[in-house]
Amino acid sequence: MNPGDSLETQTYAVRRADLVRYAGASGDFNPIHWSDRVARAVGLPGVIAHGMFTMALAARAVATWTGGAEVVELGCKFTNPVVVPDDDTGVDVQVSGTVKGVEDGLVTIALEVTCEGQKVLGVPKAVVRA
Amino acid sequence: MPVDQSLVGREFAPTSPYRVSAEKVRELASATGSVDDRVPATFPIVMAFEAMNAFLADVGVELHRIVHGEQRFAYERPIVVGDELTATLSVASLRQIGGNDIIGTRSEIRDASGDLVCTTTATLVHRGDV
Repeated sequence: MNPGDSLETQTYAVRRADLVRYAGASGDFNPIHWSDRVARAVGLPGVIAHGMFTMALAARAVATWTGGAEVVELGCKFTNPVVVPDDDTGVDVQVSGTVKGVEDGLVTIALEVTCEGQKVLGVPKAVVRA
Repeated sequence: MPVDQSLVGREFAPTSPYRVSAEKVRELASATGSVDDRVPATFPIVMAFEAMNAFLADVGVELHRIVHGEQRFAYERPIVVGDELTATLSVASLRQIGGNDIIGTRSEIRDASGDLVCTTTATLVHRGDV
């Protein structure tokens, strides 16, 4: 990997069932991730994906690009919710990346994570061991 | 009701030791679509989330009023199956913006020897009544 390299965009479908499964696996049973009623009551448009689920998809893309390199740092802001409709197709999340730097055996990757053309994570970044 | 400013700097008790099993790694990896048994980079959220739940219960905040603002992981070493990990949460910052509390937390993930494995920071947005 060299600075400036673009990494192939990964597209992941997110359905309600994925959120339920993630809730069970992670222990995050916040009802805003499975109940439209509760999500709307707190001012959200409907059920949204766990921010950590979206972040995990970003980490999955990094693992795909780097062949599972050791992650030293991973971070992002959750700037826009990924609203997941109650249907069988769900919504797509796209993860793209650019190599920003390679230094001291560490590769810094700037990510871009979007849903329906809108960025959902703010300044997502990963640092992996080369 | 706003969260009390006196929380800043407070450290909560460590979570009970969490044994990282191959089964749990596989469960979380497959819930986020990973094709193999690598420990997902977001894995410490399982312990950090438990620490956060204890913190929210302690300060009387309901989980469904929390929206995730930001999350970062900084690793000292990779997590491996067999690790026994605890999370110790402290409140790093607290601001009120537009009726919401913006709570900055920091959780140190340590192994059975007490060595730091990962530091994870989270910004939690506590939504006021809507």
